[in-house]
Amino acid sequence: MTTATRKDFASDQEVRWCPGCGDYAILANVQGVMPDLGITRERIVFVSGIGCAARFPYYMNTYGFHSIHGRAPAIATGISATRSDLKVFVVSGDGDALSIGGNHLIHAMRRNANLTIIMFNNQIYGLTKGQYSPTSELGKITKSTPMGSLDHPFNPVSVALGAEATFVARSLDNERAHLAEMVELAARHQGTSFIEVYQNCNIFNDGAFDAIRGNQANQIRLEHGQPIRFGADHEKGVALARTGQLRIVDVARPGTEASTDQPGEGEPEVVAEKDLLVHDAYRDDPGLGFMLSRLAHTPHGPTPVGLFRQVSRPVYGEQMQAQLDDAVARRGPGDLGALLAGRDTWTVE
Amino acid sequence: MGTKPVQRVDTVTIRFAGDSGDGMQLTGNRFTSVTARVGNDLATLPDFPAEIRAPAGSLPGVSGFQLHFADHDILTPGDAPDVLVAMNPAALKTNVADLATDGTLIVNSDAFTKGNLKKAAYDTNPLDDGSLDRLKLVQVPITTLTVGALEQHEVSSKDKQRAKNMFALGLMSWMYSRPTQPTEEWLRNKFARQSEIADANIAAFRAGWAFGETTELFASTYEVHAAALPPGRYRQITGNQALSYGLIAAGQRAGLPLFLGSYPITPASDILHELARHKHFGVRTFQAEDEIAGVGAALGAAFAGNLAVTTTSGPGVALKGETIGLAVSVELPLLIVNIQRGGPSTGLPTKTEQSDLLQAMFGRNGEAPLPIVAAAAPGDCFDAALEACRLALKYRTPVMLLSDGYLANGAEPWRLPQVDQLPDLAADVAFQTEPNHDDAFWPFQRDPVTLARPWAIPGTAGLEHRIGGLEKADGSGNISYEPDNHHHMTELRAAKIAGIAADIPPLELDRGEGEGEVRLLVLGWGSSYGPIRAAVRRARQRGARVARAHLRHLNPFPANTGEVLAGFDRVLVPEMNLGQLRLLLRAEYLVDVRGYNQVRGLPFTSQELTDVIMAELAELGEEVPA
Repeated sequence: MTTATRKDFASDQEVRWCPGCGDYAILANVQGVMPDLGITRERIVFVSGIGCAARFPYYMNTYGFHSIHGRAPAIATGISATRSDLKVFVVSGDGDALSIGGNHLIHAMRRNANLTIIMFNNQIYGLTKGQYSPTSELGKITKSTPMGSLDHPFNPVSVALGAEATFVARSLDNERAHLAEMVELAARHQGTSFIEVYQNCNIFNDGAFDAIRGNQANQIRLEHGQPIRFGADHEKGVALARTGQLRIVDVARPGTEASTDQPGEGEPEVVAEKDLLVHDAYRDDPGLGFMLSRLAHTPHGPTPVGLFRQVSRPVYGEQMQAQLDDAVARRGPGDLGALLAGRDTWTVE
Repeated sequence: MGTKPVQRVDTVTIRFAGDSGDGMQLTGNRFTSVTARVGNDLATLPDFPAEIRAPAGSLPGVSGFQLHFADHDILTPGDAPDVLVAMNPAALKTNVADLATDGTLIVNSDAFTKGNLKKAAYDTNPLDDGSLDRLKLVQVPITTLTVGALEQHEVSSKDKQRAKNMFALGLMSWMYSRPTQPTEEWLRNKFARQSEIADANIAAFRAGWAFGETTELFASTYEVHAAALPPGRYRQITGNQALSYGLIAAGQRAGLPLFLGSYPITPASDILHELARHKHFGVRTFQAEDEIAGVGAALGAAFAGNLAVTTTSGPGVALKGETIGLAVSVELPLLIVNIQRGGPSTGLPTKTEQSDLLQAMFGRNGEAPLPIVAAAAPGDCFDAALEACRLALKYRTPVMLLSDGYLANGAEPWRLPQVDQLPDLAADVAFQTEPNHDDAFWPFQRDPVTLARPWAIPGTAGLEHRIGGLEKADGSGNISYEPDNHHHMTELRAAKIAGIAADIPPLELDRGEGEGEVRLLVLGWGSSYGPIRAAVRRARQRGARVARAHLRHLNPFPANTGEVLAGFDRVLVPEMNLGQLRLLLRAEYLVDVRGYNQVRGLPFTSQELTDVIMAELAELGEEVPA
């Protein structure tokens, strides 16, 4: 067998997103990761709901199902729960996954169905032409909210961690290497993996992620086992305060003393590198990941990206299969005649 | 056996009624089991409140179980009970009006306390105010007698009181010469881990029997001989059980794993419960987060190559509508089971109705036709499920299977089918494994006869393809917004469903015995089968000439339906709705169909339908014997 390449995973369909859309980069990235997974095309299924992102399956030369608004996790659960030989992806958007399909999303994650959910977050409704979404910032002016939106946005990573997803990560459409790393990690995870991808909608919400998209200094890259540092010179860090809160701090330069006093008003706290929080993505308790997700409720300043959490928990479809196997082991394979007769029959001559 | 004289009767209807905590369903089910074993034909009608435990002694808390059994084949759970066992004043109040004119009323006189009378809104005690004079009233202090019989038993006084339903069962078992051993064995089994509870219940059961034998209140017992049913091996079965077994059988006969995506809802939940017990058949049951996810997961499972089913009732079908439309569009096999209940909205969750036919027919956006199959009797739910699965698999389409609360919970004797003679559905599965358009795979290249599209499941190399809810180009399945293509695809989808008419049996007409013109046809669908047949039989016994037919397929109709309708001066369609089938028939065949429509949450009685038939005949100027 020849080695598959990115092109083997591209379908013959013309890609029809707006020129300049962040979706192109994500598509190319995901197609690029596919050969590395070592799974043949026919064993891969992409399922989507409705929205711009939901066109994704048409462009993948795999099995695909473009379904209805919000329902992709439910449909994908039916596929993955009955076919453990398949690798099932869900491609969704912020409106699809968190608004109309919010219920299915959280239940897929709590169940730990074997799905990789890639959620494109552009903080806007694109396909319906520009209404605010459940991730739009408060006060967002759109066609449906001329005086500003009133509802508090979701932080998707917080939602996923709240639902105790076993794999939660965040990346950006234009960070090729980082995104590829996250997609591959997610695809190899057993159970539900959830990746939020910040995706620029250049038509209806251009520049929504400029604070971090074009400014790596504001990307708090989470790396397991490493002190959490960021900034142009890694001069910033994240530390756990005695109050139990995470804070963004200045890292003391080598040779200088960290401050032991409370900083004054407006003054940054200075913390020694050894006192920075060391990221633990594999911790069973989702609390730490959740606290990290709260460092930036919306991506308008320093925002954590990378792997928040990855833990191992029994996979839904495998458990379902195990119950079937167990039932056969205990009772033998089903006998239809015996089932229909039941325990209590009589004969009429 | 007893010492009192035995009277032979050919048919009896009894009803147990009590508080929902009194164990009336269990009592009724036990009596039914034993009655089935004796070889009587039977039909049951459980009638319970939507509340799990309404306040004790209250009117909404009354739970009833009616059983009709006979020495000949019967078709309904009986119009009016011959015997009513009322465990408290509320049960008396809500049930006594149904009792036959000369019926026997057995009451637990202990329960007729001031407090209970007040809860049942009785101003005076009906046991002594003369209001029950038309009936044979038998007052039995059931609680006192039960507790007395259990004096030596080491169980709590609460458990002693709770055993009073077994006393009532014992008394009725004596009255109708039912064998006692199966019930005693059953109790021994049920309380295997609490032998003292088993002993107490058996003692209460025996005390009830002995009371009947010794009391002066009853002069004789009755016996009902075995019915001459067609030869074979029989069991007792409810509609939901039969439907569940039909689904398992369909999976086995199709060679496909069965997947059920469902969300609990009355009166469909028992199918989920039943299927969850049979995992050794490879049955996967998925209790979803909501109705939408239930059908969504089922549709995903269908795409993945399972026999996929979702079970619900009308409110759930409303929620599933969009996904059913998607199944119409992507043309995958999917079975939607609607156990209908009283509507609209939450309606009457535990009562029966046939009012979701138009929802099944039209409850989706766009032109979204699908086949509709309806079950006619509890045991028939088995065959209806197999037929619905056959159509879904063969035509790659969602199919709606309609049952209802009466069929779901009603029981009857069921002759066991021969497993190897069940329809073979494997040929209808035939997964696509090779390209079908030169070297390519076209997911919407149809079978020229059935118009079904190929079913290529993930894992099949070389047939990778994408489907979705957007309109597809004929053949290739690529997204297409072409005006003519959409029109063409809409017509193709409609033609595929309409074409099923050639693949189902013609509408069978029962014109009755004898020659001569028959001017009235009674046409039914679903669970009105039994009452309609019983009423037609009665009318014919009185000399009336009336024909009868019953629709198993509601969409498409059998090919000869129009011809059948045209052969009569008048067509009467009794339905537990306001005329849904009538509307469809009028639209389709331009026939001025008459309706008889009742939505009381209860099946028709054969008496009321007989009266309607006689009235129609009189209006037609037919000579109708009085």
